[in-house]
Amino acid sequence: MAAAKEIKTQIGSIKNTQKITSAMEMVAASKMRKAQERMQASQPYAKQIRKVVGHVAKANPEYRHPYTLDREVKRVGYIVVSSDRGLAGGLNVNLFKAVVKDAKAWRDKGVETDFVAIGSKAGTFFRKYGGNLLAAKSGLGEAPEAKDLIGSVKVMLDAFDDGTLDRLYVVSNEFVNTMTQKPTVRQLVPLVTSDEDDDDEQPRPDSWDYLYEPDAQALLDKLLKRYVESQVYQAVVENAACEQAARMIAMKNATDNAGNLIDELQLVYNKARQAAITQEISEIVSGAAAV
Amino acid sequence: MAKSFHCEIVSAEQSIFSGEVNQLVAAGMMGDLGIMAGHTPLLTELKPGPLRVLGESGDEQVYYVNGGFLEVQPDLVSVLADSAVRARDLDEAEAESARKEAQRELNEQKSDLDYSRAAAELAEAVAKLRTLDQLRRASGKR
Repeated sequence: MAAAKEIKTQIGSIKNTQKITSAMEMVAASKMRKAQERMQASQPYAKQIRKVVGHVAKANPEYRHPYTLDREVKRVGYIVVSSDRGLAGGLNVNLFKAVVKDAKAWRDKGVETDFVAIGSKAGTFFRKYGGNLLAAKSGLGEAPEAKDLIGSVKVMLDAFDDGTLDRLYVVSNEFVNTMTQKPTVRQLVPLVTSDEDDDDEQPRPDSWDYLYEPDAQALLDKLLKRYVESQVYQAVVENAACEQAARMIAMKNATDNAGNLIDELQLVYNKARQAAITQEISEIVSGAAAV
Repeated sequence: MAKSFHCEIVSAEQSIFSGEVNQLVAAGMMGDLGIMAGHTPLLTELKPGPLRVLGESGDEQVYYVNGGFLEVQPDLVSVLADSAVRARDLDEAEAESARKEAQRELNEQKSDLDYSRAAAELAEAVAKLRTLDQLRRASGKR
């Protein structure tokens, strides 16, 4: 009976783990809904400012802001947005793989790389990986606020302004749906003109410019800083939704696996118990026959 | 009927307004701006103040904008507000008391830092009151 008892305790401990994972799944599901709402709430602003900045990049102004000029790339910066906590499946690992791949492509061309880590997982990763970490920010919680990010974004923009960095990327997970999160590397500055948002664009003369109030330099400076901040904020909020979704799926899988394991062990346990009973009966019977 | 154009008003928290409008009146950095269809491309910063939207059917809506940016394209106007509320959600008594408080702080003038903060608060409270005034006028016309 010793084997049966061992199996029984094992089943018990798996059952306890299953309870924890299923509770975590439910918590993640409810947090995901809230995170998704937050993501959708700030989406219009991020989208609209991207549109406006897209127009700015296409304009033909007398004053060219440094953010709109492509220069020779000697050093690139990455803002890596990760989660604070683990147990979210391959979410962070896939993201880091994407960064490392992208950074390696640059390094092969002789370009240096710098990193800013948002979320404690990214901080830990880059300390181990050995990238040049300019700033790290963690502990943003479930409702990240734009003002918490300004510091880390400013480090990168200052480096860009004084010419240390020639290109700036933001790396985060894109929320495709609950089942799928896609690691993406997006270029922040210099501005890229994407055509995806141009649904209402009409052809017009090549050289046009805005009227600026008060003056072009101060205004563009503010607008483009705001643009970068809003894009990073959007990435953080989206990544938070991704984290909860990934955790929900990971915990659901863990709960299902625990269920399967329990079923299998239950079968082994029953067999062991039956074998013990059969053995006992045959011992009694053979004992009685001997008398 | 005047020509209309598409207008999008978004704040950092949500989308406030999206639709066809005839005219838009905003408080720009260099003074109030009235924008109608076919305006030349323009980019400006907004002061805290009222944002008046005249819809296609002649209905008027007033919003309060707490600073931001305004972009005019030939057929599209975007307002990127730091934060925005519908004017009727503003509380007049609260704005009035905020104005008095800021005025009082301004008169005491403790230090430079306090001064600029109080000045900003005062400007905000006055802008809110101006928005409410416009709202009253808009509803009075109807």
